[in-house]
Amino acid sequence: MAKATFDVPELTPYTEVPAVTPGAMAHSAPFVSKAEFQGPLGFPGELVEDWQTRAIDKMGELLGKYRSLRVYLDSCVKCGACTDKCHYFLGTQDPKNMPVGRQDLMRKVYRRYFTLGGRLFPKLVGAEDFTKEVLDDWYSYFHQCSQCRRCSVFCPYGIDTAEISMAAREIMDSIGVGQKYCNEIIGKVYKIGNNLGLPGPALVDTLEGLEEDVFDETGVKVRYPIDEEGAEILLVTPSADFFAEPHVDGLIGYGKVFHAAGVSWTLSSHASEAANFGMFIGSYDNMRRVAQRIREAAIALKVKRIVFGECGHAWRVAYSFLNTLAGPWDFLDPRYPVPQHICEFTHDLIEQGRLTFDKSENDDKVITFHDSCNVARASRMGEVPGGQFEIPRAIIRATCNHFYDMDEDTIRDRTFCCGGGGGLLTDDLIELRVKGAKPRLDALNNVMQEKGVTHMAAICAICKSQFTKVLPYYGMEMDQIVSLHQLVSNAIVLEGGEDDDEEDAPAAA
Amino acid sequence: MSDTIEVDGKQLAVDEEGYLADLNDWVPAVADVMAKQDNLELTEEHWDIINFLREYYEEYQIAPAVRVLTKAVGKKLGKEKGNSKYLYSLFPYGPAKQACRFAGLPKPTGCV
Repeated sequence: MAKATFDVPELTPYTEVPAVTPGAMAHSAPFVSKAEFQGPLGFPGELVEDWQTRAIDKMGELLGKYRSLRVYLDSCVKCGACTDKCHYFLGTQDPKNMPVGRQDLMRKVYRRYFTLGGRLFPKLVGAEDFTKEVLDDWYSYFHQCSQCRRCSVFCPYGIDTAEISMAAREIMDSIGVGQKYCNEIIGKVYKIGNNLGLPGPALVDTLEGLEEDVFDETGVKVRYPIDEEGAEILLVTPSADFFAEPHVDGLIGYGKVFHAAGVSWTLSSHASEAANFGMFIGSYDNMRRVAQRIREAAIALKVKRIVFGECGHAWRVAYSFLNTLAGPWDFLDPRYPVPQHICEFTHDLIEQGRLTFDKSENDDKVITFHDSCNVARASRMGEVPGGQFEIPRAIIRATCNHFYDMDEDTIRDRTFCCGGGGGLLTDDLIELRVKGAKPRLDALNNVMQEKGVTHMAAICAICKSQFTKVLPYYGMEMDQIVSLHQLVSNAIVLEGGEDDDEEDAPAAA
Repeated sequence: MSDTIEVDGKQLAVDEEGYLADLNDWVPAVADVMAKQDNLELTEEHWDIINFLREYYEEYQIAPAVRVLTKAVGKKLGKEKGNSKYLYSLFPYGPAKQACRFAGLPKPTGCV
């Protein structure tokens, strides 16, 4: 692990509410996007001359388009319920990382230009001009919000700080102030098809490698097909699943489940990415354009169903918005949900008794489950309310003998963000990411001490990469984070097909 | 980090994160200079990885997936080295990011 250039917080048995340290994270800001990354997304290349007017116009446009934004800006009564709910505040002590502090950065500008009191008596109502200093504060602190929406669970008015952060980023993009990490990546999706920039031949090579590996380990020919026209299912999964660990172990698991179910499936090189960073930057136009690829791929490959792999915010976009962004889906098989989560798919098979597991294959682990924020608080899964909490846990119980939940205040709809969501998973924000992970890791550490938990499973590519990176800062091991379908992959008992001609292949590892 | 690095008396442009701006600028000495920035001394083991990354990039225009890399290392140097622990022992900032930088490849982006 690299050495930290900042103080890593010490884990505590309970996450205590720290004393505030104003300005503690004022220095934190991600790299600004260059013109070459702004252009393809339809944004100006650099800060435009009349930026203030244009930003205020844009804010007016968003207030007209999204009534929710105006309600959120109008309705805060400063009750304080949100102040100790943000992982970034708890980890950094910076009061501008209290959700209300973050909202107020926009609220004071809103009041100045869009309310009568703010126009006439700005000082009396906490209204402020949109100055360059305020803009710099926006850039810093609206990139210290992972849009996880934990605060909105506790707000008596349901104010959603994520929506405010998204609007702020959209306003900043519209005047030429974009974030490099998100905007470069969205450009790669347009140009190459996925966040990583993996071209088709690299995908094919990687997938062929997986087929070899699985055959070597199990003696069963499990396929990892791509661009196969006429397959029943199109799997849309984050490109990290092809590239990174432990993500790829989850992808291996999906393939084994499809194999066991006996359905035909395919990936698509055109839609080789589930992630949709258009949501993080609050850009409806970009979110729609990214989502359209999935429709195009589904039509071109003549599939009947769409299944999403383990990706948190992709599932929010898929579950909540896909029909509006890329529907109607009348050409798909109406007997199945559009789209369906891989966990639903696996869980259905378990319920039907169609999967066989040897749970002892996971006996070297004691598992806990990290609810990813966008799945937990912005979507659902299956047919029953709370399915997004119960289905993943049911899969763990079916595949592992040893499972313990973390403290109730830190899971399900009250889950803590991993610290890297919402477009913040970039090295230039590592201090924020490490500090923001503290509340989650306090809870993890507790179950490690009390229950002997060794591993934490997740169903989000960002969570997995974030934990891989930050666990070592707290003295934990990077491989303590695992993919949920990695557990499935370890335990599933596969039946050989007719073409598995090598009888002496070694047994499942 | 400065916007250029000096290699063999020449100034080469790098981006904010220290990756070469123009991949064609790469010469082996680039890796040595970058390693020095990170307080690393490059050994033969490091070069095995750097060379593999460059070969793979030449063919596929992207860095290899971690599993592709560990498999190739395992085949060449023995199974006990075919894992990411070994790669992290060589490149503490991560094989994908630090080794790619030394090899003159662009930084892998996305949820990694």
